[in-house]
Amino acid sequence: MSQRVAIVGIAQTTFQSAKRAQNYAELVHEVVSELFTKTGATHDDVDNIVSASSDFWDGRTISNMAIQDVVGAYMKSESKVSSDGTLAVLYGMMRILSGQYKTTLVVAHSKGSEGTPNLIANAAFDPIYQRQLGIDGLSASALQARRYMEKYGVSEEEVALVSVKNLANARKNPYAQVAGEFTVDDVMQSGYLAEPIKKLEASPISDGACALLLAREDLVDRFTDKPVWLKGVGHCQDCYYLGDRDLAESEALAVAAQRAYAMAGIRDPGKEIDVAEVYDAFSYQELMWTEILGLCPRGEGVELIRSGVSTIDGTLPVNPSGGVLAAHAVIVAGLVRVAEAALQLRGEAGQHQISGVKTALAHGSFGYCGQMHCVWILSNEK
Amino acid sequence: MRREEGKEYLYITLHTELPYQYSAGRYMSRFLTTLRDEAKILASRCTQCGTVLVPPRVVCGNCFAEMKDFVEVGPRGTLKTFSVINFPFIDPFTGVQRPVPYGYAIVQLDGCDNWLPHFLDEIDVQKLRIGLRVEAVFKPREEREGAMTDILHFRVIGDRSRESSPEGEVS
Amino acid sequence: MPKSVAIIGSGQTNHTSRRADVNIPELIKEAVDRALADADLTIDDIDAVVIGNMEHFEGINLSDMWASEGSGAVMKPAMKIATGGTTGASVAACAYYHCASGLFDRVLAIGWEKLSESDTTTGIITAFDPIVERLTLAGAVGGLAIEANLYMTSYGITQEQVAKAAVMARKNAQRNPHAHLKLDLTVEQVLHSPMIAYPIHYLDMCPTSDGACAVIFASEDVARKSAHPPAWVKAAVCRHNHPYIGDVDWRKNTLESAAIEAYRLAGITNPRRELDVIELYDPASFALLSWIESLHICGPGEGGKMIDAGAITMEGDIPVNPSGGVISTNPIGATALIRVAEAALQIQGKADARQVEGVRTALATGFGGSYWSEVFILGRTP
Ligand SMILES: [Zn+2]
Repeated sequence: MSQRVAIVGIAQTTFQSAKRAQNYAELVHEVVSELFTKTGATHDDVDNIVSASSDFWDGRTISNMAIQDVVGAYMKSESKVSSDGTLAVLYGMMRILSGQYKTTLVVAHSKGSEGTPNLIANAAFDPIYQRQLGIDGLSASALQARRYMEKYGVSEEEVALVSVKNLANARKNPYAQVAGEFTVDDVMQSGYLAEPIKKLEASPISDGACALLLAREDLVDRFTDKPVWLKGVGHCQDCYYLGDRDLAESEALAVAAQRAYAMAGIRDPGKEIDVAEVYDAFSYQELMWTEILGLCPRGEGVELIRSGVSTIDGTLPVNPSGGVLAAHAVIVAGLVRVAEAALQLRGEAGQHQISGVKTALAHGSFGYCGQMHCVWILSNEK
Repeated sequence: MRREEGKEYLYITLHTELPYQYSAGRYMSRFLTTLRDEAKILASRCTQCGTVLVPPRVVCGNCFAEMKDFVEVGPRGTLKTFSVINFPFIDPFTGVQRPVPYGYAIVQLDGCDNWLPHFLDEIDVQKLRIGLRVEAVFKPREEREGAMTDILHFRVIGDRSRESSPEGEVS
Repeated sequence: MPKSVAIIGSGQTNHTSRRADVNIPELIKEAVDRALADADLTIDDIDAVVIGNMEHFEGINLSDMWASEGSGAVMKPAMKIATGGTTGASVAACAYYHCASGLFDRVLAIGWEKLSESDTTTGIITAFDPIVERLTLAGAVGGLAIEANLYMTSYGITQEQVAKAAVMARKNAQRNPHAHLKLDLTVEQVLHSPMIAYPIHYLDMCPTSDGACAVIFASEDVARKSAHPPAWVKAAVCRHNHPYIGDVDWRKNTLESAAIEAYRLAGITNPRRELDVIELYDPASFALLSWIESLHICGPGEGGKMIDAGAITMEGDIPVNPSGGVISTNPIGATALIRVAEAALQIQGKADARQVEGVRTALATGFGGSYWSEVFILGRTP
């Protein structure tokens, strides 16, 4: 990259099951105004906007129309990524790298409380072959969980360790929606939603928003003395039909990770990455994703937890924020992974701060059973 | 059974209802409750540039300032443009065809800087003209429920206050 | 200075009211295959895919995921952009920034819609605020009718003049094998067609189409080695507006603002003289008169004189919409991308029967959202 791009500001709302007092504009106004206050940026400092949201979740064709004034889009260029927030960061970075723009406001919003989640999830399955089966995100993921556990010999009790770890981490995160000190037994007893996935192993559906300010290298100092550099990124999309993929594997994630690592010069991710925020929409996904990201050998995701490596005081903490299991505003959750990684690199993660973080990984996913993945490598060193 | 390739194409028909509950939020809730309880139309005023906008909202898009003041506007105003809708289509709120024809009014309420769309009770375009004075007609108190339908429609009240030629208004 | 990027190929389906013979991924693949053939490439040559449509028009959530096999996105970086009527132009812009950023060399931009599969007006109504605007809006027709009335009243533009534009567009469409409506009309026929929403007649309005368009963008080095003459992107500009219909200031429109910036980027000082052809997003015939005023092709209120003098016909000095435009063909998510593709074909000299002679500079626009605009300027040289 000829020019470097950095995250110079971060803001997120608390995540809640229903934010009835705010409409979309008011929700997004909350994060954008906080971002501007934190960075000292003014309306004039932002020359373009990339948003991420979903027409289906918002119940609105052109879901970004509601937020035009609150992101300051009047007579400016704004575009909407209809995919995970991690891709909005990428589009925001591309616009700066092109030389046409200097600063991009990246913002994602979602309110799971306003729609009908299982119908919206079901509408992502094609109407000809699959939709009439009533399949949704939860039931599709249950198939994937079973396939992964079978192929790699992972037990339900072992998968439950992810929820125990992440929901305990979430107690240290003031933005989290779900948190608590649970035992494996608590998770096991929490009731099957779709066997083998239990209630405490499924992410909640949240209302919330997140915003980042990206800036070109020469403008970074104007907004912060703690820039977080975008060092590497990769994204990749898989086949659509669940039956066309081995659900225990994800070549798309492997390819995305390889791209990100190559761009950032990472050779041994397990050693070089200090903290990872991965898209654990369900507990089993953290195990799968950390393995495929190369943070440990295949089938040994659970060993990362058991040995203490991926716990909050380990050498490679995974989801110190509590991850997606703690708060899942659709589309926003990927942007929050980037935001949380950036907070760690700035030393601003509060009670869930990991000491000495120099390189962080953030991972977003979209489509059911991880059809699309995006991997970011961030650093506080140029 | 005889199947000729490329001759028979099937459709899968879905009749899914997809309900939503849209939050009105802080500003619009006050707008709707005032409409319901007092039959008054509220707008927000920008403390920075003075712009008055209906419906009230959190940010003034012109200067990006947070809007903090509420002011009453209307119920009279000026017809800035209009149409009469004749073609049939499915109303997303009801799932059935919206009754046509109906008058579609874009009204600048007195005291407001922007315009508000609503129904117009006149559908004869020969009787309509940009610049006419119009007035909001409210439902009776007992029928108002805190929705835009608490205003039944706008009715034409004449053109004696016509400020200027239409050309002068837009150029 | 933005890096140079060019269009090296494009493909379209033959747009029509209902494609019963293909499902959505199959429809998309048809356009992709034609674009690849046009550029003498295979899908393996493509580095990334950008795709867009509006989910509520077909009732498909995550439509980019289902499209995976048809779009060629399998095991590739891919993202979805969705911004209403401007979607096709927003997709083109995103593909442009993919290349301009230096991160990708050959990027496939795809816009599509299969409007026969649901009620388009219903879908468009839901683009607007659910509490204030949906009650009264009659989709795109209603929104355009109020603008047409204001424009025609303000400048004394007659229904005959507007009808002439409708006749011209459908006549042009007869030379375009991809066009949906290739109608041989008279002004009287337009004026005697039903008044669907005063002052818009049935034959003044765009149809709803099934169709897809694919355009291949390339980085400078790749474009220079392309087997076919590239169409270089001289400017890609987007302007957004306030969120509500009643907020729109008709005196200060986004198209004019975007055009002024695009002319600055492309070094154009006299658009009437320096542009050779325009592909305008004309959702209704009045726009052919009004919006060329916004583009500074003529003065305010002079659109009627332009059509009377034949200036914007195929034989005129500034032909507008040799393709037949949007009022002849409208698969919404593809519509604005078709404008870009048609402008590129004119530059490349590949527009066959609809070719304008000696085109060196072409302009394409996109329209949508709450009166948002996108403007592209393409040229023979970078
Ligand atoms: Zn203001």
